Amino acid sequence: MKTIGYIIQKEFKQIFRNKGMLPIIFILPILQLVILSNAATYEVKNIKFAYIDYDHTSSSRALIEKFNASTYFDVLTDFPSQEKASSAMLAGEVDVVMEIPNHFELNLLKEKTTNLSITINAIDGAAAGVESGYVNQIVQSFNKDVKINLMDKSKKIGRPVTIESIPSFWYNTTLDYKTFMVPGILVLLVTMITLFLSGMNIVREKEIGTLEQINVTPIRKSQFIIGKLFPFWVIGMGLLTIGLILAKVIFNVPMLGSIILLYAYTSIYILVILGMGLLISNFTDTQQQAMFIAWFFVVIFILMSGLFTPIESMPKWAQIVTEFNPIKYFVEIVRMVMLKGSGFMDILPQLWKTLLYAIIMNGLAVWSYKKVN
Amino acid sequence: MKEENVIEVNQLTKTFGDFTAVNTISFEVKKGEIFGFLGANGAGKTTAMKMLIGISKPSSGQATVAGFDVYSQPENIKKNIGYMSQKFALYDDLTVKENITFFGGIYGLSKKKIKEKREELISELGLENISNKLVGSLPLGWKQKLSFSVSLLHEPKIVFLDEPTGGVDPITRRQFWEMIYKAADQGTTIFVTTHYMDEAEYCDRVSIMVEGKIEALDTPKKLKEQFKVDSMNDVFLKLARIPSPTLPKGKGKNTDCN
Repeated sequence: MKTIGYIIQKEFKQIFRNKGMLPIIFILPILQLVILSNAATYEVKNIKFAYIDYDHTSSSRALIEKFNASTYFDVLTDFPSQEKASSAMLAGEVDVVMEIPNHFELNLLKEKTTNLSITINAIDGAAAGVESGYVNQIVQSFNKDVKINLMDKSKKIGRPVTIESIPSFWYNTTLDYKTFMVPGILVLLVTMITLFLSGMNIVREKEIGTLEQINVTPIRKSQFIIGKLFPFWVIGMGLLTIGLILAKVIFNVPMLGSIILLYAYTSIYILVILGMGLLISNFTDTQQQAMFIAWFFVVIFILMSGLFTPIESMPKWAQIVTEFNPIKYFVEIVRMVMLKGSGFMDILPQLWKTLLYAIIMNGLAVWSYKKVN
Repeated sequence: MKEENVIEVNQLTKTFGDFTAVNTISFEVKKGEIFGFLGANGAGKTTAMKMLIGISKPSSGQATVAGFDVYSQPENIKKNIGYMSQKFALYDDLTVKENITFFGGIYGLSKKKIKEKREELISELGLENISNKLVGSLPLGWKQKLSFSVSLLHEPKIVFLDEPTGGVDPITRRQFWEMIYKAADQGTTIFVTTHYMDEAEYCDRVSIMVEGKIEALDTPKKLKEQFKVDSMNDVFLKLARIPSPTLPKGKGKNTDCN
C-alpha cells in the first residue's frame, strides 16, 4: 500500500509538472464540449428552396407562401424551366426544387387530386431525408387547408373523418438536439483523454528507459499498475465533473437521475478504458505506436457507439459488434440517467457488462505486463 | 579474500531464435569483489547481465544471485541487488530529492530511513544547493553519480553497473571509481561492465566475453602475464574480435576454445 502511494505521488507530480500536458487534459475537453455540442446537430436549417410554377394560380401561390413562411426554408427564386433548376442544383445553389404542374388548381378542385414534383439533392442522404420530411409536412398542412376550403362550399355533406396523430415527445419534449448530444460528447471526452493518457504513460517510461529500472526493483506488478492508473482514474472523474457542470451551466441539460449513480457507473467505466490503455502500452514500444492504436479503436468505438447514428439502424452484424463497445454502454447510461432519470435497476444490465469488461481488460493488461522477458 | 560466492553462474545460455547471444558461460563472483565484465559491443554482456538481475529468462543453464535462483526467485534477487543501466534511468522531471524519495519508497524503506539516506547522499555528493532542481537539468557526470548512489539506497548485497561511466569526463570517472571502491569496502559486491581498459585495471578480477562466450577470466595482473602484454588494453585487443555483422550466429572460429 505504501509503495503504491509513492508511485501515485510521483505520477501526479509528473503530470502537473508537464506544462504541455495540462492544457490537453483540462482546456481542450472544455473547448471540445462547447464547440462540438453547438456544431454537431441533426437539425437541417436554411434549406435553399426553389420552385417552378407552371400554374400561376392562387392555389399554387398559396402553396409557395407556405414554404416562404417556414423557418427551415430559404425560398430563393422561381425558375422558368426545369433545365435552369437542374443546372442550379448541379452548381449547388439549391437543395430542393418543387415543380408545380399546369392545371394544378384545376385538378385539385375537379379531380380532388393532383401531383407535385419534388427534387432533392441527396448527396447527404440524412439531410435529404430530413428535408423530404419538412416538405411533406408543409404539403400536408396545405392539403388540410384545401380540404377545409372545399368543405365550406358543401357543408351539408358533413365533415369527413380525419385521423390526426399528435406525437408527444417524452424525455426531450422540445426535441432539443443539445439535450441529446451534450451527454454523449461528454462521454467521448472522458474516454478519449483517459485512454490516450494511460496508453502513452507506461510506453513513455519504456522509451526513456525508466521502466527497466522499475522492473529491477522488487515492486509487484499489481502495485505498479494500480499506482500508475489511479491518477488517470482521478483525472477521468475530474473531467466528468467539469463536463457535468458545463452541461448544466451552458446547455442547461436536464439531470433527472441520480448523479451519484452516474459517478458510480463512470468509476467502473474508466477502469475499462484504463485497462485498454495499459494493454495497448504493453504491446507497443513507442508513444507514436500507442497513439495510432488508441486512435484506431477510439474512432471505431465512437462511430459505432450510437452517439451520432442510432445503433438500431445498423446492420445486424454491426449491432453485434457494438456489444463489445464500452462507449456504447456509457452513452446509453449517461442519456438514460440524465434525461430519463433511470435508476440503479434500470442500468443494471449495462453495469454488469461494464464490470465484466473492466475485469477482463485489466486482467489481460496485468497478465501481459511482463517484468521478465 | 572472503570465500563466499554471491553470484554463481553455470552453463548459462540465452538464445533469440537461432542466434545465441550468451553461450554457456560459467563463473563465480565472491562477496565484496569488484568484478569487471568486459567485451566488445554486441558480445553479450548486457544480455548476460539482464539474466542475472531477473528481467530476462535464461534459455538454459543455472545461476544464483545473492543465493536466489534466477528462474524461480527473481523477485527475491531484486530485493538484494542494485542496478544502474546504460541509459540514465532516473526521472528527469523529478527533482534530486524526489527521485531519492521515490526509489527509496518503492524499495520499501521507512520514511525515517529515506529522510536519513536522502540527507546523507545529498551531502556526500555535494548536491545541497541543487537538491530541489529537476534532475534533467544536471550535467551527465552528476546524473551518473546520483544514479549510482540511488542504486545503493536500499543497501543491496550486489550492485550491477552497465557501462556506468559512458560519456563522462576523466575526472568524473575517477570520482565515480572512488565511489565504487567505497561501496566495495563496505562489503557490497560490484559487478561492472565497461569499455574503458584503464577501468578494467581497477577491478579485482575481470572476464572478457567474445561472441557470447567467456574467453578469459582472472585478475588483471595474471591476464597480462598470460597474454604476455603490458596493459589490459592489449589483452582485450588480443582476445576481442569485433563481431562480423555478416556472421550474427556466433559461428566464428572460436566456438570451442574454452
